[in-house]
Amino acid sequence: MQVENLKTYYFTKQGVVRAVDNVSFEIYEGETLGLVGESGCGKSTLGFSIMKLIPPPGKIVNGKILFKGKDLVELPENEMRKIRGKRIAMIFQDPMTSLNPLMKIGDHIVETILTHENVTKEEAYTRAKKLLDDLGISRERINDYPHQFSGGMRQRVMIGLALALNPDLIIADEPTTALDVIVEAQILDLMKKLKEAYRLTLILITHNIGIVAEMADKIGVMYAGKLVELSKTLPIFEEPLHPYTEALLDSVPNIKLSEQTLKWIPGSPPNLLNPIKGCRFAPRCKYAEKRCFEEEPKIIEVEKNRFVACHLRG
Amino acid sequence: MEKEEKPKGIIVGPLIKLASLPKEGWAGWIVLVGIIIVLSMVIITIIGPFISPYDPNAFHTGPLFAPPSSEHLFGTNHLGQDMLSRVLCGGTTMLQVALLSVTICFIIGVPIGLFSSYIGGNLDKVISLVMDSIYAFPGLVLAIAIAVMLGKGAVNMALSIAVIYIPSYFRIVRSQVLTIKEMAYVEAAKAIGARNRTILARYILPNVIPSIVTVATINFADAILTAAGLTFLGWGVEVDIPDWGWDLYYGRQYISKAWWIIFFPGLMIILLALGFTFIGEGLSELLNPRLREGK
Repeated sequence: MQVENLKTYYFTKQGVVRAVDNVSFEIYEGETLGLVGESGCGKSTLGFSIMKLIPPPGKIVNGKILFKGKDLVELPENEMRKIRGKRIAMIFQDPMTSLNPLMKIGDHIVETILTHENVTKEEAYTRAKKLLDDLGISRERINDYPHQFSGGMRQRVMIGLALALNPDLIIADEPTTALDVIVEAQILDLMKKLKEAYRLTLILITHNIGIVAEMADKIGVMYAGKLVELSKTLPIFEEPLHPYTEALLDSVPNIKLSEQTLKWIPGSPPNLLNPIKGCRFAPRCKYAEKRCFEEEPKIIEVEKNRFVACHLRG
Repeated sequence: MEKEEKPKGIIVGPLIKLASLPKEGWAGWIVLVGIIIVLSMVIITIIGPFISPYDPNAFHTGPLFAPPSSEHLFGTNHLGQDMLSRVLCGGTTMLQVALLSVTICFIIGVPIGLFSSYIGGNLDKVISLVMDSIYAFPGLVLAIAIAVMLGKGAVNMALSIAVIYIPSYFRIVRSQVLTIKEMAYVEAAKAIGARNRTILARYILPNVIPSIVTVATINFADAILTAAGLTFLGWGVEVDIPDWGWDLYYGRQYISKAWWIIFFPGLMIILLALGFTFIGEGLSELLNPRLREGK
């Protein structure tokens, strides 16, 4: 899949919020792309844009989302609906509210299968049971209601719903943010296993850089609606090219270092309503030069498969 | 896999379901009691004309204002009509009105609320405005106005009560849908590619139903009272149709010397309203799997 110059704006009464501004990237089959960034940097909007489920007043104003040769941006709603769930599936942030409280767990999965495939109810049930095995949920719980499940179990079900039709791409929007660390580890473990078993292509949206380090083949760093760095995982951790990526990595607490204080990035992200001229990170950047405030850096390939948007690397 | 129940015919099947209601805990019991009350009212009303000892309209079946006795179990009224016969036969109109008005409200109010709220925008604003203006009208006054325009009769009474109650259904459904359509599970349903009608039918409507049932209960009880009120005011059914409302109307003047004239019809009205209330209360518990847990 290929995303080209994607722009998703929210047309609010206060003005235009440029939540996703000129973002391009590619993802190949079997790859996992980690999208990291602070809250409000547009990474979730990017995920919803690919699903074409941006709530109004949001709109894709420009760009292409090429998926299996089709441009999703141009695709009419009824065609898009056939892709959702079947070819591209999504895992949501909050498992507690993402399941219909009046539907049994099994019915959720069966419903998902029946929405797209012409199989009998019995067959769908059999598949749902198999899926529960893969998810590490006991088959007997197929007739339980969501409120009888814990948060971690519900997230397993959500992952199952995304996997039910063996989609070509799964977008996981902060799948573990609402869970505690132990359950988080279990869920990530499960996702890793399933990733291999189902040969998944995954876009993993998170603010936790540790998670992408573990899961992703490629990392995209987003800042204020822009993709500022895109590279294979290892090089980014060895040598971050963008000052923001560097600062982000520095802010991860390291148990081995005896430093007492947590490093953080001074200042806060710019208001996306009226973005500043020049590089959006410049006011918080410790290397910022005069040029950074005047001219917006373009994202360029500095090394093979390493893209960065920074004047210092240009 | 869920065990599919074998079809057991239209009579036995529901009866088995009824008998298993108490297994669901106290809410099941309440529903059962409500159903028994309402069903016995319906049965009494149907077989009333055949088992009543006198013609409910016949004058001077005994002395005027005779207190309850072995001859006249519920006494007689100022015209010497037998009250037992009138009680047995007088429920038809009220039941018709109640069932009919709730059905009309349900068929009209719920879909309008669902679509208006789900689609939103200007259409929703216009419909809300119309509904609110109807809602602002005092119920009984509007019912009288409609009854005056359409004339007397059970169907017209049901219509006028329906008009009053549709905005209540609409409002409840609309406000619930406004909340529910923003829930993550609706978004998740969109993300699996569900159609709008599937989302409405499988994800939104079932979550609204408990609220609708509550309104329907109040609607039922209120329809009975409004029907009685309309008859009492002279805009219900014709005088020659035995009706609990008429008995209340005429009996009220003699309450100090002959309490039985309004007591027995009044009791029936209260019981019927109570029966519907029980069904509604219990159902709203039963329909919520979370509340059902606390048996």
